[in-house]
Amino acid sequence: MQEVSLSRPIDFENAVRPHLGYLYSLAVRLCGNRTIAEDLVQETLLRAFRGFSRLRNRERPRLWLTRILTSCHYDRSRAEHEANETLSLDDARFDLFDKIAEEDPFPYSDRVHLDFLELFDDDKIIEALRRLHPAHRTALILAYVYGYKAREIAEITGSAVGTVLARLFRARKQLERALWDYAQSKNLIPQTEVKR
Amino acid sequence: MITCKEAVARLWEYLDRNLGRVRETELDEHLGLCRHCCGELEFAKQVRDLLRRPDRASELTPDVRSRLETFLKELG
Repeated sequence: MQEVSLSRPIDFENAVRPHLGYLYSLAVRLCGNRTIAEDLVQETLLRAFRGFSRLRNRERPRLWLTRILTSCHYDRSRAEHEANETLSLDDARFDLFDKIAEEDPFPYSDRVHLDFLELFDDDKIIEALRRLHPAHRTALILAYVYGYKAREIAEITGSAVGTVLARLFRARKQLERALWDYAQSKNLIPQTEVKR
Repeated sequence: MITCKEAVARLWEYLDRNLGRVRETELDEHLGLCRHCCGELEFAKQVRDLLRRPDRASELTPDVRSRLETFLKELG
């Protein structure tokens, strides 16, 4: 028994250290703030350490760590998470591709859609992501930044697969709206009458 | 053939290869005939790539790494 207790800290450190960069990057994307992200990772490490003895597959702790970090993030922004997830009819119908073509913010360009996306540097993308409902943002980031399948996201977030798929649909719609609204609010494109 | 509205609603799942075979074939047939939806598909790819990009903004800097590693050691 003593041997197990002596080896546990080293095992934990070795198992977790390779994932620090991943955890921090995920945390920044989820909460949109580097200082809070660092706290979030520390909280994740603490919870993970406490639960490490119960972890069966110590060789591959990434999914388990992701679940803990996502749960810490949820606990920190519970009120935000519990806000209504439904989309307005306007948001559900919003189509960024059509909106850009309609409003034509770069009239002299023959690649107006690409020009629009090029307005977004790394910080602006993170800013736009912050405008999404946190449950949508989490699903979107896990799926499209880190390549998790809907089944894995369901496991990470403790939701049904159907719920994850619905969140991904809403997330994509919200993202399209958030990119457009962000570009307008920051005067990255000429102001047009808001048609909502 | 499916409508543009149905086609657009399937594009991201198509990119993820998450549509079943029948729904994927229906979309392929639509894309073969509809330039507008091909443009939407290309744009969906670009938006997806945009999400993957903020590497620098979320990169672990040496000082943050050092603090987290110290914290990790102290847990032991």
